[in-house]
Amino acid sequence: MKRLLDVNNLRVGYKIYKGSSKVLNGLSFTVHEGEKVGIIGESGSGKTTAMRAILRVLASNAIVESGEISFKGKDILKINEKELTEIRRKNITMIFQDPTAALNPVFTAGDQLANVIKYSGIIEGKNIRNEDLKAKSLELLKDVALQDPERVLNSYPFQLSGGMKQRICIAMSLGTARDLLIADEPTTNLDVTIQDQVLHLMSKLVSERNLSVILISHALGTIRGITDRGCVMYAGDMIETAATGELFSNPLHPYTRGLLESCPKLTGGGFSKGIRGHVPDYLDPPSGCRFHPRCDHASDVCKREKPQFVGDSDSHLVACWLYNKR
Amino acid sequence: MIRLAGNIYKKIGEFIDIDLARRRWFRFTRNPLSIVGLVIVGVALFLALSAPYITPYPQDTGFNTNFKEALQPPSLAHLFGTDDVGRDVFTRTVFGFQYSLLMAAVVLGVSVLPGVALGLTAGYYRGSWVDSLVMRVADIFIAVPALVLALAVTAVLSPSLLNAMLAICLIWWPWYARLTYSISSSLRNEYFVQAAGISGASPFYIIFREIFPNTLGPILTKVTLDVGWVILLGSALSFVGLGAQPPTPDLGTMVATGGRFLPEIWWLTIFPAIAIIMIILGFNLLGDGIRDIFMEEVR
Amino acid sequence: MKTSTFVLRRTAYAILTLFGLSILVFIIARVLPGDPARMAAGPRAPGWVVEQIRQQLGLNKPLYEQYFSWLFNLFHGDLGYSLYSQRNVSADVLEFLPASLELVFLAAIFEVVGAFTLGIIGGSYSNKWPDTILRIISYVGIAIPSFVLAIVLQLVFTWYIPIFPTFGRLSTDVLSPQRITGFISIDSLITGRLDALGNLGWHLVLPAFAVCAGGMLQDARIIRSGMVENQSKDYITMAVSKGMPTNLIRFRYLLKPSIIPAITVMGMDIASILANAFLVERIFNYPGFSKYGITVMLAKDLNGIVAVVLVVGIIFTIANILADIIVGYVDPRIRLMERGD
Repeated sequence: MKRLLDVNNLRVGYKIYKGSSKVLNGLSFTVHEGEKVGIIGESGSGKTTAMRAILRVLASNAIVESGEISFKGKDILKINEKELTEIRRKNITMIFQDPTAALNPVFTAGDQLANVIKYSGIIEGKNIRNEDLKAKSLELLKDVALQDPERVLNSYPFQLSGGMKQRICIAMSLGTARDLLIADEPTTNLDVTIQDQVLHLMSKLVSERNLSVILISHALGTIRGITDRGCVMYAGDMIETAATGELFSNPLHPYTRGLLESCPKLTGGGFSKGIRGHVPDYLDPPSGCRFHPRCDHASDVCKREKPQFVGDSDSHLVACWLYNKR
Repeated sequence: MIRLAGNIYKKIGEFIDIDLARRRWFRFTRNPLSIVGLVIVGVALFLALSAPYITPYPQDTGFNTNFKEALQPPSLAHLFGTDDVGRDVFTRTVFGFQYSLLMAAVVLGVSVLPGVALGLTAGYYRGSWVDSLVMRVADIFIAVPALVLALAVTAVLSPSLLNAMLAICLIWWPWYARLTYSISSSLRNEYFVQAAGISGASPFYIIFREIFPNTLGPILTKVTLDVGWVILLGSALSFVGLGAQPPTPDLGTMVATGGRFLPEIWWLTIFPAIAIIMIILGFNLLGDGIRDIFMEEVR
Repeated sequence: MKTSTFVLRRTAYAILTLFGLSILVFIIARVLPGDPARMAAGPRAPGWVVEQIRQQLGLNKPLYEQYFSWLFNLFHGDLGYSLYSQRNVSADVLEFLPASLELVFLAAIFEVVGAFTLGIIGGSYSNKWPDTILRIISYVGIAIPSFVLAIVLQLVFTWYIPIFPTFGRLSTDVLSPQRITGFISIDSLITGRLDALGNLGWHLVLPAFAVCAGGMLQDARIIRSGMVENQSKDYITMAVSKGMPTNLIRFRYLLKPSIIPAITVMGMDIASILANAFLVERIFNYPGFSKYGITVMLAKDLNGIVAVVLVVGIIFTIANILADIIVGYVDPRIRLMERGD
């Protein structure tokens, strides 16, 4: 499979008044064409930071210290504004976690959707007529199964429910993207009953359009159900990646194991004891492998050096000294 | 009553709480301008309190005339020069601070408490006749710009510093009523208020023990900012001649009398004018700093 | 709720408030001064003259009767007899109000244009040098009282660098156009006297600026901080992530939510413009309603004072209603959300 997106050794920090918090610690992962990758991680593990770095929409106090994000042969971190804008309009798109915050409250949904369509280039030509924009908007809204799309177009975000708003965001993204969709916890803020619907919708549209996907979630069930490959993130590092089925049936990294064991099982057996300790403070992160303070198998080398990926089988990689015989 | 005293005691205890004080100080000092404001206000207070002791010619605040020395430009003997009857402008300006701050203290002291009490009560009983009555009356006072109403009231009574203060008091309370009304009426539906009601607390208790503490931050911010505005209003009134009467060394009056001598004889107007600007600027910056402190506590 | 309902409710409420204001003003005029008849007669008039005046003014009747007859006269355009100008106050109002309205109008335009320009510049270059300069200017500028600013402007721009006239509404050598509406601006357009219009504008610049400067800087600060705050919001990040052009984001998607708090404040700013005019018109000797107001106040002409407070109150109320309508237009949440009232 051809590589679509290659993140290499990404280091990103934030400048805050107490100093600088080093969130991403040399993050690396790859997305292939047509692949659906899931990223699992706790809140605060740096997932959103990584995704925002890809589109270069980080907060103003963010510092990209080093690294490379390679997309279709170009390094996104180094291209100029014009090329970046092209990529944002046509190739990569992102769905945000909170649909209420993602939509401008003083403009109608139709206005925002039309502008996205207008600049995405899916309608050919220089001067696009308003009727065409409207027609395309309605078409996209029907694709996301929104009832009464006319009314939705003329509505303001506060008049719509959470599920409807997220569908509009999905329409904005899936209607215009051609290569990669990044979905940052798209259903976390929705009612449980809606979550399932929205995920199925996304799944369907993604396979129809043959898009690659990065799906971020802290819900293991979601990842298991939809993705081809799963990556596990901890404190700004990618620590394990494997085909989804393999990842769930044969977790290698102690953190992944702890995570999977923490899920209560329907087959009984009670609750696990969880993972001791807590997520590190990014202002003063642990040296070497950032998980070592919480790891039962930690040894000296874990405190000194950060482990690189090693392959167990063909596509199952893990960054842990337990598997890295040196 | 006992509970109210207990409430105040708790607030004082909060202030002496080192940790909270330290955090608040940290938030305050994040913006250097707030410190500038604090310094300016400190200087103004110092000048106001020590005026009789640090000025070279304290007798010049009265009818003292010395025509030989009239209209002298600034010199070593008279730092800010002398006015049209020979009085030292520096002395009078420093005493001007005293009058201005005194006026602000009295006006705010008298008008804030009733305004706050009315607003809290009206907000708690939102939708009832208490609400309608209080807020409609407040709206009437707000319907006319403060300066205009103050001018009218002072004109109708006889112009004097006292009447000017009275007029401003009359005009100022509605703003505090409005402020506390909006907080009170929005908090009224919060769970902690309802919980207090269910456990049998009286409305008095709820208003002053549960709701009122949440308004302290905005009230304190507004009071600080208002010192500047009250002084502005007061000096506008005396500029027109409806406030403090000569020979009182009021900053507004001084700007007005000095205006006749412009542009050659500039020191009569410029120094009092700068004094007014400094006071307002100082309290504005300080008020912004206080707002910063309480902004994050409300969230 | 529909816009028309919104406007109607707002207006009805305003009228109610104005009635309340009329009662307040009446109290100020009749109750506070102690003895209006004595005030009218003067301190040296003999007792019987005072009594006669008391009869004339109807001050012997009960208070509510006085109020209603006063109100009745009001609705017939009779604002009472002015002891200062020796004629009906309504005539005074009609003569002087247009001049002030022209001043207020120009000042309002200055304020809106200035606030938007400065606010957008500050917001777009936040924390860089244009923004820092603007913030310093606004901190100091807001602290300068309008009468001080007026004096300074007069000093600098009519004396040291004489580019504007010192006093008045029209230069003494410019004939005012035929009086049709009393508004020199309108009258000069009607009669084709563009030179008068220009001369009026030239006279208005300094007073208008003095009157609105404080409000302008305050509004600019609000717009600027609104833009800075909204810049980091998700909906802006999303617009950027979709590749929207910078100008579209800045002047549309970022600007609109940021100006909403400013518009509300601008309605209140009309109050400060009206109030400042009372001081500034006097300094520039501009023959407007506010200068007339100060004069009657100093002369203790009760009918005049009453009329002035009422007129100012009405203008301010209208301005607030307009501001509310505009806010309702710009912010759909205010217009369309169910009022929890």
